[in-house]
Amino acid sequence: MHQAGYEPWSAERASQIIETHRDMAGAAMPILHAIQEAFGFVPEPVVPMIAESLNLSRAEVHGVVTFYHDFRREPPGRHVIKLCAAEACQSMGSDALSDYAQERLGLEMGETSADGRVTLEPIFCLGLCACAPAAMIDGRLVGRLDRETIDELVAEANR
Amino acid sequence: MSTARIFVPNDATALACGADRVARTLAEALAARGTEARIVRNGSRGLFWLEPLVEVETPAGRVSYGPVKPSDIPALLDAGMLEGKDHPLCLGLVEEIPYLKKQTRLTFARCGIIDPLSLDDYKAHGGYKGLAKAVEIGPSATVEEVFQSGLRGRGGAGFPTGIKWRTVAATSADQKYIVCNADEGDSGTFADRLIMEADPFCLIEGMTIAGLAVGATKGYVYCRSEYPLSLAVMDKAIAIARKAGLLGDNVLGSGLSFDMEMRMGAGAYVCGEETALLESLEGKRGVVRAKPPLPAIKGLFQKPTVINNLISLATVPVILEKGGAFYRDFGMGRSRGTMPIQLAGNIKHGGLFETAFGISLGELVNDIGGGTASGRPVKAVQAGGPLGAYLPVHQFDTPFDYEAFAAKDALIGHGGIVVFDDTVDMAHMARFAMEFCAHESCGKCTPCRIGSTRGKETLDKIMAGERREANLAILTDLCHTMKLGSLCALGGFTPYPVMSALTHFPEDFGASPKLPMAAE
Ligand SMILES: Cc1cc2nc3c(=O)[nH]c(=O)nc-3n(C[C@H](O)[C@H](O)[C@H](O)COP(=O)(O)O)c2cc1C
Ligand code: SF4
Ligand code: FES
Repeated sequence: MHQAGYEPWSAERASQIIETHRDMAGAAMPILHAIQEAFGFVPEPVVPMIAESLNLSRAEVHGVVTFYHDFRREPPGRHVIKLCAAEACQSMGSDALSDYAQERLGLEMGETSADGRVTLEPIFCLGLCACAPAAMIDGRLVGRLDRETIDELVAEANR
Repeated sequence: MSTARIFVPNDATALACGADRVARTLAEALAARGTEARIVRNGSRGLFWLEPLVEVETPAGRVSYGPVKPSDIPALLDAGMLEGKDHPLCLGLVEEIPYLKKQTRLTFARCGIIDPLSLDDYKAHGGYKGLAKAVEIGPSATVEEVFQSGLRGRGGAGFPTGIKWRTVAATSADQKYIVCNADEGDSGTFADRLIMEADPFCLIEGMTIAGLAVGATKGYVYCRSEYPLSLAVMDKAIAIARKAGLLGDNVLGSGLSFDMEMRMGAGAYVCGEETALLESLEGKRGVVRAKPPLPAIKGLFQKPTVINNLISLATVPVILEKGGAFYRDFGMGRSRGTMPIQLAGNIKHGGLFETAFGISLGELVNDIGGGTASGRPVKAVQAGGPLGAYLPVHQFDTPFDYEAFAAKDALIGHGGIVVFDDTVDMAHMARFAMEFCAHESCGKCTPCRIGSTRGKETLDKIMAGERREANLAILTDLCHTMKLGSLCALGGFTPYPVMSALTHFPEDFGASPKLPMAAE
């Protein structure tokens, strides 16, 4: 859940993770989640390792990684701000807040700042639709967003 | 007087509104004053506009205060909150708050009342009576009880749960599965989340009953990754249940075994579709399977599988405890029992409202929900998530009932209602529906994959005023093709929000209000 403090890539660590999950039914998803939790993203060299361990082709594993929006191919920023872009949040003005956040951070949706400090991305519903607009920063939930809370999130991300 | 108990909710909405800071400030203030009181982290009652809603146990009942900010704590304590005394934030006895009092809480009976991870609390409030009954009457009578209740799937399609269970029970195999669909991708919904965070044992009990009823020994809950808190609470609850002999071999001394585990999705909306979900559970891309075979015959790993929405499964314990006939007596027409309706978006009193089917949309939005949060007039509501129609105010007499909604080309879906005020641009919302479909398409069928992108581009042209009439005709035609040529409801139902927006609000598309809408 926390963006800070990811481990540096290590093939040894990756095979350890694969080993602990490989006997689960349908192991590919739990393995990919565990890899991303450790390294912050799914590094390319892990794909053939998973393929070999689960007796799948590289193409199959690659297909799984690329199908799901959650799996990152690049490291995220040290802070990740996710702004909800789904309908209930739109009804409470999330589009304008998203423009404001992009302007404040100098980032487009889906971008990571050049200094690796912060990633800004959309998310489609956090289940907080009764206290919209909603966001998540480094795993923490924030509801009833307004410009002031966006300013606080930006300040937190710049710390 | 014994030590006062103070309840500070711990579900995602309460946390997003600052409940942790409230709990911390309260604990510090109590310590500083040397006051003895115990802070219990309950789930949430689902009265989300009041979160953080703090409750204090008094001889008269639980007195509520909300929405509480950390800075309110000293004044609340000074006013005598611990004795349930008055204060501007005091809402009186929580059970007397009209929003809660008007509900019929069957599935959500315990939510917000108990400590979600206390098995003792759960049992003291009726927990595990349903399972005890199922063990007593046996598998086939259990399936019949669910059938008799009239329960229909709460995930969207409204298929009778009892029939699904009968099929799985009648199919013999060396292994069967219970899969809980907790993907809850629809904007405007949070009922699954609330059960997991406020009453997790209810889901565990429901899945265990399902397992015993159809002869499945293993269950999976596929929960979306956007709900990390739900996943964490469920993991803890499963471990507690296992330790107490409520999961594992010889459940409740029945001689039968059932165990379950959590699995996390990865941000794909289409994985809420049952066959895509099964593919994902198997570790593959979430591509929709063609049916037949039905999951009930060949589901997870090709084995007979009950796949049900979380609310369907969490409603089973009360059906077994009180009887199918008890449940069936609520509701209207072929919509039996209660539905947790989720009032969301631009609404004053957003939250969960469980009630018998039959209540009108207008009553929900205006009387219960209090109209918009912005104070402006309501323009439309989207019911049933991103694939559901937009309903204008003149359709607010529609009763909340599967068939009545279907008759208006609308969906109940998972029970979400998202309210929009008069500042919304419906052409923009139609465009969003197409864009969302393009973003989430599993890619299997051309009308969905390509059609949605074309639809978005066509709407861009319409919104820019480019060849309006011709492009509106293209859009209508495209919707028709998507409806007919899509394998699942992502491509097949995206036309509903688009066409309902166009039909009811042609002026937002720059069209003359009298434009004929032949396809609808
Ligand atoms: C694109 C798409 C998304 C869906 N998302 C969900 C979902 O998030 N949760 C759910 O329970 N059902 C969802 N469904 C419906 C399921 O396919 C299926 O009908 C349901 O899990 C069956 O359970 P029930 O009979 O208890 O409703 C979705 C369907 C489609 C086509
Ligand atoms: S309609 Fe769309 S999401 Fe559904 S099966 Fe076809 S391509 Fe996949
Ligand atoms: S739509 Fe934003 S939290 Fe649900």
